[in-house]
Amino acid sequence: MGLVVLVVIWLITFISTYFFIARTWWLPTGASAAAAGIDHHFATTYLLMGIVFVAAQVSLGYFAWKYRDRPAAAPARYVHGNHTLEIVWTVLTAILFIGLNLMSSSIWASERFRPAEPGATQVEVTGMQFAWYFRYPGPDGRFGATKPELIDPSAGGESAIGLDTTDPASKDDVVTGTMVVPVNREVELILRAHDVIHSFFIPNMRFKQDAVPGLAIHMHFTPITIGDYEVTCAELCGLGHYKMHGMLKVVSQEEFDKWLAAREAEKQ
Amino acid sequence: MASYTPTVAIDDPKASTGRPGGSPPTWVHGDDDFHSPSFNARLRRARLGLFVGVVGIIMIFVSFASAYVVRQGLPTFDSRTNSLVHDWIPVRLPRLLLVNTCVLLLSSITIELARRRAARNAALTQMASIPDLSLQSDDKFSWLALTVILGFAFLVGQGMAWRELAASGFYISATPSSSFVFLLTGMHGVHLLGGVIALLIACLASLLRRSAESQLIWLDVTGWYWHFMAFLWVSILCLLEFVR
Amino acid sequence: MAGGTGGGETIMATREFAAHEAHAHAAPQGFIRKWVFSLDHKVIGLQYYFLALTAVLVGMFLSLLMRIHLIWPNVALPLLGDIKPETYLTLVTMHGTIMVFFVLTTAPQGGFGNYFLPIQIGAADMAFPVLNMLSFWVTALAFVVMLGAFFVTGGAPLHGWTGYPPLSAVPTAGPGEGPGADLWIISIALFCIGALMSALNFITTTLDMRTRGMSMMRMPLTCWSWFITAILGLLAFGVLFSAGILLLLDRNAGTSFYVPLTVFSGQIVAHKGGSPLLWQHLFWFFGHPEVYIAILPAMGLCSQLVSVFSRKPIFGYKAMVYAMLSIGLLGFMVWGHHMFMSGMSPYSAFAFSIMTMAIGVPSAIKTFNWLGTLWGGRIRFPSPMLFAIGFVSLFVSGGISGPFLAQPTLDIPLHDTAFVTGHFHLIMGVASIFGIFAATYYWFPKMFGRMMNERLGRWHFWLTFVGTYCIFMPMHYAGMAGQPRRYSQFTELHYLEKLIPLNTFITLAAFVTISAQLIFVINLFWSMKAGKKASDNPWEATTLEWTTATPPPHDNFGGHAPTVYNGPYEYSVPGAPKDFVMQSDPTTVAAH
Repeated sequence: MGLVVLVVIWLITFISTYFFIARTWWLPTGASAAAAGIDHHFATTYLLMGIVFVAAQVSLGYFAWKYRDRPAAAPARYVHGNHTLEIVWTVLTAILFIGLNLMSSSIWASERFRPAEPGATQVEVTGMQFAWYFRYPGPDGRFGATKPELIDPSAGGESAIGLDTTDPASKDDVVTGTMVVPVNREVELILRAHDVIHSFFIPNMRFKQDAVPGLAIHMHFTPITIGDYEVTCAELCGLGHYKMHGMLKVVSQEEFDKWLAAREAEKQ
Repeated sequence: MASYTPTVAIDDPKASTGRPGGSPPTWVHGDDDFHSPSFNARLRRARLGLFVGVVGIIMIFVSFASAYVVRQGLPTFDSRTNSLVHDWIPVRLPRLLLVNTCVLLLSSITIELARRRAARNAALTQMASIPDLSLQSDDKFSWLALTVILGFAFLVGQGMAWRELAASGFYISATPSSSFVFLLTGMHGVHLLGGVIALLIACLASLLRRSAESQLIWLDVTGWYWHFMAFLWVSILCLLEFVR
Repeated sequence: MAGGTGGGETIMATREFAAHEAHAHAAPQGFIRKWVFSLDHKVIGLQYYFLALTAVLVGMFLSLLMRIHLIWPNVALPLLGDIKPETYLTLVTMHGTIMVFFVLTTAPQGGFGNYFLPIQIGAADMAFPVLNMLSFWVTALAFVVMLGAFFVTGGAPLHGWTGYPPLSAVPTAGPGEGPGADLWIISIALFCIGALMSALNFITTTLDMRTRGMSMMRMPLTCWSWFITAILGLLAFGVLFSAGILLLLDRNAGTSFYVPLTVFSGQIVAHKGGSPLLWQHLFWFFGHPEVYIAILPAMGLCSQLVSVFSRKPIFGYKAMVYAMLSIGLLGFMVWGHHMFMSGMSPYSAFAFSIMTMAIGVPSAIKTFNWLGTLWGGRIRFPSPMLFAIGFVSLFVSGGISGPFLAQPTLDIPLHDTAFVTGHFHLIMGVASIFGIFAATYYWFPKMFGRMMNERLGRWHFWLTFVGTYCIFMPMHYAGMAGQPRRYSQFTELHYLEKLIPLNTFITLAAFVTISAQLIFVINLFWSMKAGKKASDNPWEATTLEWTTATPPPHDNFGGHAPTVYNGPYEYSVPGAPKDFVMQSDPTTVAAH
């Protein structure tokens, strides 16, 4: 039985490790400035924890086999522990875990401890059951007022977010169902939600942030590769959670300007 | 290197309860104690149980209190002005609450008197042969019954204070601050009601044919619970009054 | 010993009183007294166990329906019909709630803890038998109320076991968020009350009722785990209770603790100024200790079993105790790691993350010590030991994914994906269930006087061990690839299409694994009637429960309190006549 335990545990360990190493299913391609750092740290954690995983499981299987009871076996060692060993492995584990954490803290700090750069593309993201809407402030650089009484999702666009068209700042606000941003320029998001908690998740950008009713959360990321990227909701928000998706299009600066101008023109 | 000794000495340190110094056990642990621990052991156990239970109840009120403090300072998003505002309106607490506080503190005194007298009676009357003894059969005046009355008076007073608050516009859903007032006083009231029921059981204990020992332990534990309820009430009042 | 009540007078105890109180320990007569409203901790333990068994069958059935729907979303099932997206989410919610509360928090502590804590410390019963009985019935009532949520208008809620408002606070937020959600909250509130009562009993019993010679540092690690679990429960369940009361008030009294102004489909809902994050803080302040409540008893049992079946003392008893204490303490300081993406301050995220990495250290120490116990042993492999070894493997696997999620930077891509689902199922769900299985196979002979069938036990173990890995390991891959949690189907997003084969594999593995549990259920009930008769100490173990008759008499020790002379893990002591020395064996094992 000891041998069976060893074989099964080792098989499970090696098969799962194979799929991890082969990256058969892996993080989607990174397309933001932060992705490289996050992915690098991911790989570091992966490697170190992978070594621990394999070592622990292999030892478990090995000991189960090696120290199995059989007539020829030596009596079990009457040992209550080893003080030095306890201290050594405690310290090493602490160094590993805390070290990993401190290594990642600089990435967290750069993502979250500082506000967006001036000149970032501003987009207000509003989540509601079960769609995302995106609002651009337009040439005046100011978002117009919204009022809860004016919210009417069935009418789409400006009505969905309750835009107050009497506010002069709203005149040039553009509301869309697809998010378009220029490449290589920081994007500042202002995340809002109307009804329940949603979460704005762009896997390729390594971006995720909850959108909470009652809060306007500022967050930023910098797309560095042109392309189309799926956006999903990553916080249970009701029966339509699985189909609350959107699209992020990263385009060149000229294309973005053209697109925005066309949207402004439509408003006239 | 460990060794295995085939003989034992009763004062062998290993036979002790492991207290530092390894002294022999300090209580007699005979067969009867296994089934029926001594009165002191039972009392200690009951008080320990109460202490542990009180810790659990404290966590409930600590959660409410921390929610109160956080909510007070929390800026909320006003969609009309599209900006963050502080919407905390302190509640004017009815004076009646002070009266109720006095009633409760008074009842703490009366239950303490009841508790001590019962203990004294029990010691004096050699309970050995009177299993149905009621612990306040001696004196005409029952501190215990008075405590029950004061407890009910407190609860009725709280109800009246609620009415007064609601009438002055601070009903439960009026403002965040009023919600907390009703929440904290209501939860305290529920726990106090539990205490009143325990007191009623103590009053009727002799009718329930419980031994004098059990009655005493019940009264002791209920008394301490009652003091805790008074302490909790004063803390809640201070929170509501001074943390605004 | 002096210690009287107020006034300093001492009370003199007399034997007549003692006799009067002894009625509490005379065996009860009549079916109701003996089996329904029993005060006997052993019966109450079994009641909790069978409540958990019922709950786990319900919970497993719900998860099977979930897995079927994910792969075949448009298939109508016999009797049940279509599983709509909202129904799927109801399954998710009730599966999680029932499993976490009524299985993982019930069987290890309420079930085995109630049965064996008093016996292992040499006591005749728990400190407060009436309270014990009440705590079971309150818990049973909570379960009935929880199931009742399925049958009210709108059905059971769909807000997940985590119940975040506003989704859980506004009845129009979704189907099932009407009376179903109210019943869900009430059930949980009742459960909290039952848990607090039980915690009170466990703590008082452990501190006050250990028999002579049973110092704290001679207690079996199972007793330590139940004790620490009870402390965690005492401090955590009150907070969950408070959170639930606030949610009930928001839903029914018009308060706005959690709900700001919200607009659902163009309708303004009359709340103002509440904070959804308040719920998350309160819930996770409970929720994180809760996961340790679910796992600590299994850890204590694992220590017990690797020692018994390696015929070796546990490696590092003191370290094991300190590790469990640190896990308990640190467990209260890490709740924010569930909230890295919530909008909470990023600075507090950093603080929580350091604490979370710190809690990995005592967990690792325990794993090293289990390995250290196996090392140099003479290992036997009956079913309880197989499950104990399986527990260590699952604990490692589930634990390894922790440091990923504990770092906020890496939590960004992984939060709310299947990676999290894989992580907590392995380390909390499956590992804890393996602890329950191990405990069942181990203590069955003592509880029922018969052995469980060993061959069936082995089949059960291997199918479940391999099966659960096949279910939950692939979820880590899916999560890394970006598969979100709580999605009722994967048909709407292009990047999820390539994950469907992986999910199909998981569903097929779930079919096999869930079916394999039938082996256990059959074995359990058949062995009660027809299993091989067991001796009083079939495993040749040293702790006090193996000194009593099988099953133990009403007062556990037949009128004579045991005296303890040795630690709980004296196996293979050089010079001893057998390879184990009972704790109550007066031939002492001297210090080393």
